[in-house]
Amino acid sequence: MTVLLTDFQWRIAPTGDRCLIVEFGQRADTAVNRIVHAFARQLDDLSIKGIVDVAPAFTTVSIHYRPECFGYEALRERMNDLLAQGIPQHPGLERHVEIPVCYGGACGPDLDEVATACGCTSAQVMERHIASPHRVAMLGFVPGFPYIAGLDPSLSVPRRATPRTRVPTGTVAIAGSQTGIYPFETPGGWNLIGRTPLPMFDLGRASPCLLQPGDLPRFVSITLEEYLGAQGTT
Amino acid sequence: MSIEVLKPGALTTLQDLGRYGYQRFGVVVGGAMDEWSHQVANELVGNIDDEATLEITLVGPSLRFAQAALIAIAGADLSANVGGHPIPLGRAVTIGAGTQLDFGSRVHGVRAYLAVSGGFGVTPVMDSRSTYVRGGFGGFAGRALRRGDVLPIGSRARTVPHSPKRPTAQPVTLVGGPAVAAGPTHLAGEAVSLRVIAGAQWELFTPETLATFLTSPYQINPQSDRMGYRLEGPALQRRRDFEMISEGVAFGTVQVPPDGKPIVLMADRQTTGGYPKIACVASVDLPLMAQLAPRQAVRFRTIELQEAQALYQTRARELTELRKLVLDTGVGSWAVEST
Repeated sequence: MTVLLTDFQWRIAPTGDRCLIVEFGQRADTAVNRIVHAFARQLDDLSIKGIVDVAPAFTTVSIHYRPECFGYEALRERMNDLLAQGIPQHPGLERHVEIPVCYGGACGPDLDEVATACGCTSAQVMERHIASPHRVAMLGFVPGFPYIAGLDPSLSVPRRATPRTRVPTGTVAIAGSQTGIYPFETPGGWNLIGRTPLPMFDLGRASPCLLQPGDLPRFVSITLEEYLGAQGTT
Repeated sequence: MSIEVLKPGALTTLQDLGRYGYQRFGVVVGGAMDEWSHQVANELVGNIDDEATLEITLVGPSLRFAQAALIAIAGADLSANVGGHPIPLGRAVTIGAGTQLDFGSRVHGVRAYLAVSGGFGVTPVMDSRSTYVRGGFGGFAGRALRRGDVLPIGSRARTVPHSPKRPTAQPVTLVGGPAVAAGPTHLAGEAVSLRVIAGAQWELFTPETLATFLTSPYQINPQSDRMGYRLEGPALQRRRDFEMISEGVAFGTVQVPPDGKPIVLMADRQTTGGYPKIACVASVDLPLMAQLAPRQAVRFRTIELQEAQALYQTRARELTELRKLVLDTGVGSWAVEST
């Protein structure tokens, strides 16, 4: 028998004329995030014609749709009816995944700046980052980019005022209460603290994304030599 | 059936309407920047599904057709020609076997879309033939075209009344079928008016900032690309500091980083963003925006969501009409309803 999640509130708002967002609260905590992924799963199972993509995030599910099939008001009503009945619960699969990281230096050019902003040493930033209880809350931004919640609150720094136009592949970065890992060279606004040689996204794998929502990553410090050596083998 | 790439052009990639269904993995949607011209080109050659077209940017390629093919080019005027004879935009033409198609100087717009009847024979990746260059997958070998590439042509098209019935010796034959007027263009130097729908964080900005956003011209920064258009103009001030929880974004979302310079998210946009969204460009105006060159100025004005969706539905009906025209009569003249 399916257990229904019913203890939640939601709000629906448009994002342009082809997307609406269902928000399950303003707190990016694990309980809310589990509801988010359960609802996304429910929408997948229903496969409603006219909905072209369902993208779960921390506290929200973005629903991309074709306005030829239904307008915003009609879809919002339908989602309200659905949510009022409760969301079928899905047991999460939480895996432990080790992520080697070369912190600081050329691999993490913002490490010292983060330390200054947080009033601690660069070594302390590293230690606290490693010790934080990380959990993957969502994938987004670019293929395989994990948004990892659980960062030590003492390391909370905002995004950079002007995003960089190029952040190298494998860069481990922090912003607010999150850690992210750039799977490709892309622009990026987060604070760069290190780099991992592990490919985050590989179409050659059965499951191209290294990390999935719910996974529990454990960061391990490696030297620059170890980083360069490992990078040569991947 | 194939096309050989003699010169690749500045940035020529295969694009369809995008890779929807995988944003949960952070997989970028991508697809044609100018969805309208892409679809028009496909309809003109009778393609059944959303086939990939060649998105040709600024400087076009030189292509040699091994066999005769029915093609159509829509969008930017990049002086497509065969031996100096111009190929009209928005019309189906037959290119003869062994013929070389060239492009010349840019007349208007930025991106031309070349559809070939039957589509391009590349394997879809995650249900799409769009090229995602940054990720290195989709389209032709996951990258922009290079000299020496040979593009296979598929066979997934309807037989339209003007399909070539026998191999033609002519380099170019203007065949029957509707002619589609170019989409809305603009006069060089003039600020282009773009309609926007208020964004989720509209209220976060001061009333003065909102007035500035809706009255000041913003210039497209040269660092703009398929991912986003960075705009230069008066900085947009928030009422208060606001660290957002990252959430989904859409084609046309106008987000504002802390430096106050808005960025319009385009085809290769990230799947989620953490910057406040002041607005979203109406889908019907995105094809126009996609044709704007760096340093071009734009102005924004708001419309209601319902109106934006009604305009979008009208556009969709126009495409259906075009399909009927192509199939029923094979001839005629057809133009986008002016909006």
